[in-house]
Amino acid sequence: MPPKRLDPREFFSTTRLVIVAGKGGVGKTTVTAVLARAAADCGLRVLVVDLDGKPTLAELTPGLTHLSLTAPSALAEYLETHGLRRIAKRLASSGVIDVVSTAAPGIDDIVVLGKLKQLERAGEYDLIVVDGPAAGHAITFLMAARALLDTVRGGPVHTQAADVLELLVDPARCQVVLVTVPETTPVNELVDTAYALEERVGIQLGPIVVNGVDEGDTLELDGETDAVLADAARFRNGRRATHRRELARLDEVLALEQMRLPLLPRTGLTSADIDTLAQAIA
Amino acid sequence: MNSLTEALSGDVIICCGSGGVGKTTVAAVIGLELARRGQRVVVVTIDPAKRLADALGVTAAPGTKGGLGNEPTRLVLPGTPTTGELWAAMLDPAATFDGLVRQTAPSPERAERILANPFYRNIAGALSGTQEYMAAERLYALHSDPRFDVVVVDTPPSRHALDFLEAPSTLARFLDHPVFKLLMVPARRGLSVLNVAAQPVLRSIGKVVGGAVLADAIAFFQAFDGMEAGFRDRAGAVMALLRSETSRYVLVASPQSDTVDEARFFADRLHQASLRVSALIVNRSTPTFPKPAVPRRKADAALWANLDELESMATAEHEHLAALAGQVDDAPVAWVPLLSDDVHDLDGLELVRALLFGSGVAG
Repeated sequence: MPPKRLDPREFFSTTRLVIVAGKGGVGKTTVTAVLARAAADCGLRVLVVDLDGKPTLAELTPGLTHLSLTAPSALAEYLETHGLRRIAKRLASSGVIDVVSTAAPGIDDIVVLGKLKQLERAGEYDLIVVDGPAAGHAITFLMAARALLDTVRGGPVHTQAADVLELLVDPARCQVVLVTVPETTPVNELVDTAYALEERVGIQLGPIVVNGVDEGDTLELDGETDAVLADAARFRNGRRATHRRELARLDEVLALEQMRLPLLPRTGLTSADIDTLAQAIA
Repeated sequence: MNSLTEALSGDVIICCGSGGVGKTTVAAVIGLELARRGQRVVVVTIDPAKRLADALGVTAAPGTKGGLGNEPTRLVLPGTPTTGELWAAMLDPAATFDGLVRQTAPSPERAERILANPFYRNIAGALSGTQEYMAAERLYALHSDPRFDVVVVDTPPSRHALDFLEAPSTLARFLDHPVFKLLMVPARRGLSVLNVAAQPVLRSIGKVVGGAVLADAIAFFQAFDGMEAGFRDRAGAVMALLRSETSRYVLVASPQSDTVDEARFFADRLHQASLRVSALIVNRSTPTFPKPAVPRRKADAALWANLDELESMATAEHEHLAALAGQVDDAPVAWVPLLSDDVHDLDGLELVRALLFGSGVAG
């Protein structure tokens, strides 16, 4: 220890699209904001993308270029730019997107990924950082391309799926950053997700980001320490021991580089905290 | 009985809240407590992750997600023997949907025709809202199962959990969609798949998704024709159960500001649906400590700094929670402190149970 700690500057220069994924509650949006800020601090032209239409990410990264990308808008744009303007209108007006995405699940994901591919290709930004879909959806989201290649044999969707898959499996263009916190269940889930993504999608995983690491030293106690101070210290030491144990376990089971974000004593983070964290990993 | 115990005296307990707040843990702990009080309890998790199985210490059996499947598994309770029983199940939406189709179809042949249809397989596996609808359906089935007195459900993360409340009507809405109406027409008029596919809207869809996909969709609706009524009736019964006097909604939050916001949003929606929050459980709160009896000494500076930091966290958390607590009327609010080690086995659950409900029956 510390093993395989990653230089973010080096990471930012190895790829152009970073998709941040992780279970609910692990701080995916925080990590997206920190990576984007750190990359911008390195002098890169950065685009931050959210897929949920919520303002949180933009609020955490003031001053950065931001895009909110949702499936219906991406589908409409895709159809229009592929000479299917009339269909786009008809589909939009009758709310058919639901039906289309039911008939061929993953089509909503593929148009979103397709738009990301287009942005990556255009080269206007050095790095695009995406706050990816939450929870178990990350796998289906990233598998959409492979699944659609099989189910939709021809036409624009097939071409799009092929292009997206090419992007996803090329680490020089795209990498997935998985986020976890140093606790038992989140670490277990991260390991499952990592294997699923590598085996089923063939995607290159970037570094793991461990969020909220309580990094302090063990607080020393002696026989004369006040009982309350001792209780509080034992609680804190216990938390830190749990974090150390889970970080060690993560090292052992996954041969991936790690970035660690320190735990900040806050109930909610502000853009100033994001700046602090971005400097902490630099 | 403490006020929390009283608030949970229903026969359906639905735990909701955003991802990562420990809903699954809370659902398992409630199940454990009720079982120890002598009830026959089944805890169902909807989360496709292995959390419940992990938390309950269930070992993986081949072909199941972390040892739990759609069919409840009985667990061995720790501590003093009781007449209560604790069972656990993991929702399998596709298997539940298949069961519903078999039950509603006029003949086994018709059921098989639907089950084999690729479009149906997509609906069962991927249609947004299917998971929530099937969770409600499963809840209904287990509630009617004479083996159980109480069903405890752990819902998907917050915004989806709203779908859970509306889920039974989602399929009805789906069936009412103009495009589906159009797809249903041919069966009634005796039109062929080709004729239907020639309709302008469908032709547009076909251009995007391909003709084979469209043909599957039409074939599905032809097979499904006549079964809508059965589906609607069942959805109505499930809805009635969700709104019943004996259903309890437990809101689970952690004190982080974003999850508090989600919980407030959820409390709001329950309120709009004329449902009330029976209890608010604040999980993973920073523990509070009394004032030390000794003055500050330089030698103990690090220990005091630790105490101060924990205290300021706890204060900030209580401030964040005040508004939410005010939103759940007179429902009891229970705080579960963050523990030194995280909860990932039956012993951990037992610890949380004792914190929430007192050391209880088993002492």
